[in-house]
Amino acid sequence: MKRRVRIRGQVQGVGFRPFVWTLARELGLRGRVLNDAEGVLVFVGGEGVEDFVARVGGEAPPLARVDAVEVSDWDGDLQEGFEIAASGGPGAETRVVPDAATCPACLDEIRGDGRRAGYAFTNCTHCGPRFTIIRGLPYDRARTSMADFGMCNACRAEYEDPGDRRFHAQPIACPDCGPTVWFEGEGDAAGVILSGGIVAVKGLGGFHLVCDATNAGAVELLRERKRRPAKPLALMGTEEMVARFAQVSGAEWSLLREAAAPIVLLTKGEALPEGLAPGQSRLGWMLPYTPLHHLLIDAVGRPLVMTSGNLSGEPQVIGNAEARETLGGFVDGFLMHDREIVRRLDDSVERVTPQGPMVLRRARGRVPGTLPLPDGFADAPQVLAMGGQMKAAICLTKNGQALLGHHLGELDEALTWEAYQGALEDYRDLFDHTPEIVAVDLHEGYRATQAGEAMSLPVERVQHHHAHLASVMGENGWPRAGGPVAGIVLDGLGLGRDGTIWGGEVLLGDYRDFERVAHLAPAPLPGGDHASREPWRNLLVRLDQAGLGARAEALLAGYPVDVVRQAVAAGVNAPLSSSAGRLFDAMSAALGLCVERQSYEGEAAMRLEAMAERAGMVAPYPFGQDGAVIDPAPMFAVWAEGDEAPEVAAARFHEGLVAAFAASARALVETGRAEAVALSGGVMQNALLQAALMRHLGDVPVLLHHGVPANDGGLALGQALVAAARQI
Amino acid sequence: LAHGGGGKAMRDLIESVFTDVFEPDGMEDQARLTAEALAVPGARLAMTTDSFVVTPVEFPGGDIGKLAVCGTVNDLAVGGATPLYLSAAFIIEEGTEIALLRRIVATMRDEADKAGVRIVTGDTKVVGRGSADQVFITTTGVGVIAPGVELKAGNVRPGDVAIVNGVLGDHGACILAARGDMALSSDLVSDCAGLGHLMAAVQAACPNVRAARDCTRGGLASALNEIAEAAGVAVEIEEDALPLRAEVKGTCEILGLDPLYLANEGRLVLFVPEDEAEAALAAMRSVPEGEGATVIGRAKPAPAGQVTMRTLFGGARIVDMLVGEQLPRIC
Ligand SMILES: [Fe+3]
Ligand SMILES: [Mg+2]
Ligand SMILES: [Zn+2]
Ligand SMILES: [Zn+2]
Repeated sequence: MKRRVRIRGQVQGVGFRPFVWTLARELGLRGRVLNDAEGVLVFVGGEGVEDFVARVGGEAPPLARVDAVEVSDWDGDLQEGFEIAASGGPGAETRVVPDAATCPACLDEIRGDGRRAGYAFTNCTHCGPRFTIIRGLPYDRARTSMADFGMCNACRAEYEDPGDRRFHAQPIACPDCGPTVWFEGEGDAAGVILSGGIVAVKGLGGFHLVCDATNAGAVELLRERKRRPAKPLALMGTEEMVARFAQVSGAEWSLLREAAAPIVLLTKGEALPEGLAPGQSRLGWMLPYTPLHHLLIDAVGRPLVMTSGNLSGEPQVIGNAEARETLGGFVDGFLMHDREIVRRLDDSVERVTPQGPMVLRRARGRVPGTLPLPDGFADAPQVLAMGGQMKAAICLTKNGQALLGHHLGELDEALTWEAYQGALEDYRDLFDHTPEIVAVDLHEGYRATQAGEAMSLPVERVQHHHAHLASVMGENGWPRAGGPVAGIVLDGLGLGRDGTIWGGEVLLGDYRDFERVAHLAPAPLPGGDHASREPWRNLLVRLDQAGLGARAEALLAGYPVDVVRQAVAAGVNAPLSSSAGRLFDAMSAALGLCVERQSYEGEAAMRLEAMAERAGMVAPYPFGQDGAVIDPAPMFAVWAEGDEAPEVAAARFHEGLVAAFAASARALVETGRAEAVALSGGVMQNALLQAALMRHLGDVPVLLHHGVPANDGGLALGQALVAAARQI
Repeated sequence: LAHGGGGKAMRDLIESVFTDVFEPDGMEDQARLTAEALAVPGARLAMTTDSFVVTPVEFPGGDIGKLAVCGTVNDLAVGGATPLYLSAAFIIEEGTEIALLRRIVATMRDEADKAGVRIVTGDTKVVGRGSADQVFITTTGVGVIAPGVELKAGNVRPGDVAIVNGVLGDHGACILAARGDMALSSDLVSDCAGLGHLMAAVQAACPNVRAARDCTRGGLASALNEIAEAAGVAVEIEEDALPLRAEVKGTCEILGLDPLYLANEGRLVLFVPEDEAEAALAAMRSVPEGEGATVIGRAKPAPAGQVTMRTLFGGARIVDMLVGEQLPRIC
């Protein structure tokens, strides 16, 4: 009774081998376990082998993800006992797992009176820092920022004991040997926060700016100092606090409690200052995910604002000296520590929709995670996909897997650009990747496209919305030979094949190619990118198109309406676009929700969604449908004639848009031209819209985003799949 | 003005409109020029050519003729040359008013006198209606670079200071307003000016001036990118140091344009070592075209070839070379 057992998945660096060791010894088996390039390999013999095989997949440690357990008969030699063998062959231990929130066992130790009582860097193989501290591979302590701290004897004993929770826990530490934390400022961090001050706290993937979330004055002060007038601020609270200040569903609790500890958008509960998220019905909450956070929030006893510590538009600060220099003017103190943050990672942002969880920003706790490529991609070449301009993230494919990188940000920002270039190297090294093809967007003005074109590799150019469509197909494992899919891609702006700007599309396609079946009636974008920041411009052109020029003038008194109209007529910086995002902006402006300027990306649309949520079921506004063109002009006409409450108008707008797009996509399935409908594009982050689409699509199979962002953060996955499909 | 026709009437017309104004003593088909300046050991001949098209051909602060003289004079001047001679070739649309041509030619003569250059040869062609837009002008300029003068973008070193000679974007914004199809209320006047005297003053005051570039098409952004690329340095400018008129900012805001990319016709950016910055500013301010001279940033060691702007909020935004038509990118 001897077996060779191969375990695939996220099984390295998560305590899998000691788990196997413990299980084998419990069952009285002989053999050995080792890591290699493909995962974990076990050679095992003895009476309980079948038991072992049955349990090894299901009882895996918390951070493991078992994709496959492959068992075969085996006839080699086994020594007595069971041992953890050295890693086998090159490429072993190449997998890096995401950072994980402090586990219950570690939390008990911190709150207990053992040697790690109150210690801010307590961790074990089931929790703690990973991706944020790794300098190189293979993953061992010498190649992390824990290399700066020599292990004490007590820690070493735990580290070397396969029966200990800290066996080979590379960041293992205790107060005798590990990193230390200190406060730079008057008194202590909790005191400063309780008295209304702002503290910069060094976290796992970067610095946060922290204040008392119940103190309206402190929130205002933070906004003022950070010059961030309205963008929602993220919050951190204990489970008790979250339960009190938010309405949390079971699915939302599960998401909050995941090891990734993302920010989850939750409906407001007991009142907190309106200034935390003006005009929004939800607040972003996360649970404390490092021991330092637990200790801080226990000391303050109130929910904390936890917004990224940066200058407006710049990425989060990660170095101590850099923090003092950059954030010195904003804060009343620094909660510092001396464990270097090797890799900047923002907090992930997610929400729960009736259709399940949806990632909005994919970063800490979610990366680096691989996704299996769908069937038919086994022979895919190694692709490097460069992503977009605004929520840049790259994607690599290799060995039937895709590695979608973390959210980096906007590439015109100099530090983000530097981080992007660093990430290209970083992920290549982590994945031992040698790109054969580079995939880029059609837009030559994206820095990512320019960088890809400059690589002297074969280039595949992928239309923006085709990439969005392919990303949701790929996330759902749609096979390469799976037949055409009708993609409803509602987005901001992406360059179309015809040289105009697209963004409200029904595409019929597979991974290789697509046709544009329907789209919003194009409207000019007066002022180019300025139209994406200033909703009134979109309202003006849409009302003018609907023959409601006088209404536009009345609504937009004081705006330079004449000049913008003349610029449109003269063709000065007014490219045509079928963007759905800009139509949301127009409607938001029509209802006076966000007119002059969006103070953060998506503000107008988010306010419109929040407004529409207040209404019940409503009749749709009529959208025109003329061949391939879905025309919002009739709906503006009906809106202009009526005098409905803004929540009703907002909801009727959602319904009308949904009805038009769903009908178009559904017809493709019902006539046998498509086998399923897929929803993607940044506008799909609107849960109300997604739910309405699901309702209108009825029993048609629908592919939705869950773990891959519907926005440009997921673009690179689609680019990679399209490029790969064209090569196979 | 009629198309074709090579007869005497046409020749008389050309003489009266063009030749007599540029060289009253008569022009040969070829210019015959003394080469004294070139006889100086180490002196070099500088030569440049440029074609000018602009709508409208007359605008506040100048016309196409002024552009054609200043543009070529400036190309010579920023390379460290003393401009001496120009040639001018005209492509004229049939039906263009003689009076307009006379006005353009008069400005050219005026500007040439101001710049101390002579227009010594030229050509005219009349083409059918619609084959040109009133008038296109090509000028070629010749100048001399004195021994030891070595101005080039590749000379710029980290730490060098970047100076512009005045408010930016006036020309580009003025032309937009002068098109007349948009109700841009504007008192803007083109910045079009010859910069030969300014360059001479700077070179006299700053022996180590590294490089200068005129900020014409593609604006300051393109000039800085060329320099950063050629010198293998980074250039960082400060948003709050950029000299911009409120009207230019306003026009850009409405139309969604970036003033860094607006064309200028009398603006240059100069790089000097830090210890010569004060002298350069003083020298520039001593001539009318440099009254608004101001420091806008400096060169840094890395990343090579990258131009960034420190924004009012403290972040740093990358300022790229203009690639074709700027399409919106915000998704
Ligand atoms: Fe997009
Ligand atoms: Mg030139
Ligand atoms: Zn733990
Ligand atoms: Zn220790």
